[in-house]
Amino acid sequence: MSSTELRHTALDAVHRSLGATMTDFAGWDMPLRYGSERDEHVAVRTKAGLFDLSHMGEITVTGPEAADFLNMALVGNIASIGVGRARYTMIVQADGGILDDLIVYRLAETEYMVVANASNAQVVLDALDERSGGLDVEVRDDRDAYALIAVQGPASPGILKSLTDADLDGLKYYAGLPGTVAGVPALIARTGYTGEDGFELFVKPEHAVELWQALTKAGEGVGLVPCGLSCRDTLRLEAGMPLYGHELNTSLTPFDAGLGRVVKFEKEGDFVGRAALVEAAARAEQNPPRVLVGLVAEGRRVPRAGYSVVAGGEVIGEVTSGAPSPTLGKPIAMAYVDAAHAAPGTEGVGVDIRGTHEPFEVVALPFYKRQK
Amino acid sequence: MSNPQQLRYSKEHEWLSGADDNGVSTVGITEFAANALGDVVYAQLPEVGSTVEAGETCGELESTKSVSDLYSPVTGEVTAVNENVVDDPSLVNSEPFEGGWLFKVRVTDEPADLLSADEYDAHTAG
Repeated sequence: MSSTELRHTALDAVHRSLGATMTDFAGWDMPLRYGSERDEHVAVRTKAGLFDLSHMGEITVTGPEAADFLNMALVGNIASIGVGRARYTMIVQADGGILDDLIVYRLAETEYMVVANASNAQVVLDALDERSGGLDVEVRDDRDAYALIAVQGPASPGILKSLTDADLDGLKYYAGLPGTVAGVPALIARTGYTGEDGFELFVKPEHAVELWQALTKAGEGVGLVPCGLSCRDTLRLEAGMPLYGHELNTSLTPFDAGLGRVVKFEKEGDFVGRAALVEAAARAEQNPPRVLVGLVAEGRRVPRAGYSVVAGGEVIGEVTSGAPSPTLGKPIAMAYVDAAHAAPGTEGVGVDIRGTHEPFEVVALPFYKRQK
Repeated sequence: MSNPQQLRYSKEHEWLSGADDNGVSTVGITEFAANALGDVVYAQLPEVGSTVEAGETCGELESTKSVSDLYSPVTGEVTAVNENVVDDPSLVNSEPFEGGWLFKVRVTDEPADLLSADEYDAHTAG
């Protein structure tokens, strides 16, 4: 894809002035890193990091039947989300295959915001449109209506508090409230994809630069640094969070991905994929095909997505994500492996790294959990 | 970024020092290459005593996002490798032209298309 076809966020000029290395991510020209991605990763774990996530796909769903509609269209119990709260959920095909993982915010009794991955936003939009037929709801493409700036890390509450009167102490994890940050109207959400405490701020694109600058200034004394998508990937990997296209795809159901807990069979009414997911749940219980596990390297070579997991000379699985872990100081990976080799501590498991079988330890996910 | 004038460069982004009294030159990767790789986390270098061939792979450099082959800019015998880089690969990023050197080679042959610093500047400007 040539650069002229790439989409640019409202913060594009800021990234360039900061000397960011840019990358094509799902058709968007996004910051990969500003300096050292390891330093950015460590900043988020120990202080704070500032991210431009404006590529994420916002879809607004409104109308008297919005709750019932989303209960039917998604696998979660969306009607039970309280106003001002958010939930991690998924949208699947009729055969149970995962179309995307989503965060759904309930903004009002009859208004939700669905946040999809950039790479899947159109797919999700089309599916919601199609599933909304005959119902009293409006599905609105709001991708261009928002810029999204995240502040993540243990210092993020202090930074944000200096810029807003909003009740951040009352804002729980996976909650969102409208407020004003640095004089800019924002939806303030306590969500993230890093394994740390943090906030995501949905604002109008014309306010993005002003907010970014204010956050940068407020974070100056406490070690806030701008962070690119490279460290976002290693942060979420350490936290054991799946990434669509790696741990999740249309040939896997939520149960295959070890995320069956997001499927709410007990909710009222039918939903797309229910019958297939009932079967998938039973299969995962009795005879799981493969299981998502964590792998920690004994050596220093890094496993990458697509590499084979091996045991006794046989291929027993495949790496879905791999990277050097700044926190553990060793290469780590997530991989789908045959159930017989999935228990933590299983002996003799390795990864075929370009022809050499390197030894790995099977561990439970996540690799990293923050101390609360 | 400035590429030292006294070095010569390959199009694969390795640098080569002038030979010392024993005919041994030092090889590393350029700052341009180090920046493109991102944080280097693992370096597999050729073995001392092995022969490397100009333009052929002789090791690998792994960064957070990718793995890249290391090419030798010249043909010759490897006389030393930088164990400091094996222990702390981030030297490749922090001091690509100095403490981040990769190996030393007694040059027996070199290709005709090695670049001067100015030519390498032009090569990477595009």
